[in-house]
Amino acid sequence: MKLGYKIAFGCTVTLLITACAKPPRPPLYLWDTFPRQQYDTLLRPDAGPDNAQITLLQAQAEKARAQGADLPPGFRAHLGMLQLTTGNVDEARSLWTAEKLAFPESTMYMDQLLKRLDAPADKTAKAL
Amino acid sequence: MKRQLSNVRRAATVALAAGVLLLAGCVAPPKAYDYAAFSESKPASLLVLPPLNDSPDIKATPSVWAHATLPLSEAGYYVLPVALVDETFRQNGVTTAVDAQQLPPQKLREVFGADAALYLHVKNYGTRYAVISSETRVEVEGRILDLRTGSLLWEGKAAASSAEQQQQNQGLIGLLVIALVNQIVGTATDAAYNYAGIADNRLLAAPRFNGVLPGPRSPFFGQPPVASSR
Repeated sequence: MKLGYKIAFGCTVTLLITACAKPPRPPLYLWDTFPRQQYDTLLRPDAGPDNAQITLLQAQAEKARAQGADLPPGFRAHLGMLQLTTGNVDEARSLWTAEKLAFPESTMYMDQLLKRLDAPADKTAKAL
Repeated sequence: MKRQLSNVRRAATVALAAGVLLLAGCVAPPKAYDYAAFSESKPASLLVLPPLNDSPDIKATPSVWAHATLPLSEAGYYVLPVALVDETFRQNGVTTAVDAQQLPPQKLREVFGADAALYLHVKNYGTRYAVISSETRVEVEGRILDLRTGSLLWEGKAAASSAEQQQQNQGLIGLLVIALVNQIVGTATDAAYNYAGIADNRLLAAPRFNGVLPGPRSPFFGQPPVASSR
């Protein structure tokens, strides 16, 4: 009888533990502070070059590379925009191209941005 | 005497049955969302438009906007980078959320190349200070429109509040987001920023009952919608 109780108790505990220990699905991307950085950029759209944020995001990209984790959608494109505000056109071009490679869904938008980058004379032409 | 007792019992049984029926009627689950248009559209990329804001806090728009990226990306969609989208809008003279949300879907499709757009509306954002207890509350409504056809794919709403009990299920999900984003400790004026993250997650994370369907990059893509809220 006592043994029966013990077994029953053991089974219950095991069940409870296995029910609780179901591992959560790992996130698809390494987010780190990216949402917060986007918020900061949206808050101060005309603040000019943001070298501090560029350094932060580059560190995050490095971390993702080391962990073999994926960077979120828009991460490379966002960093490319920041690079452009510092006058680093080549870096912006390579990051926007990298965004297309990582996320082919972005191709149409990235191509629009790259087109404007390569044809500064068209800067006055409005798309909307 | 015995007969009387059995009558009483019968009456009690009937009353009980009626009570159970009434209660069951009360807890009937909300109607399941009709996903016909959503399933047919199968959008892969989402343009999140700047959210309309009914609150007096001008930070509501950037906050709710920035927080939408994580749940939708984790739901399996490509989400266009919001700060870059903002830049494109402003370069084209579109400086308010109202103007942006009034642009024709075909035009948005042309410029951004997204399959669908998310139209957000902040109904409440901020902290209401009171003597006994103050409450920070964020309420958001959202609609997803197919930019290729202009048709409505999904709509929903969600809220998050500091007054909630933490042991609630939804509170847990919210906490997970906070853990995920490596939050910076907010100042008192920034309290609503974290609740905006929870509200956006409740609104947009997938799979959820009556929520956004998982997108092509999600392991849940193509599975039948979640059948109930439990």
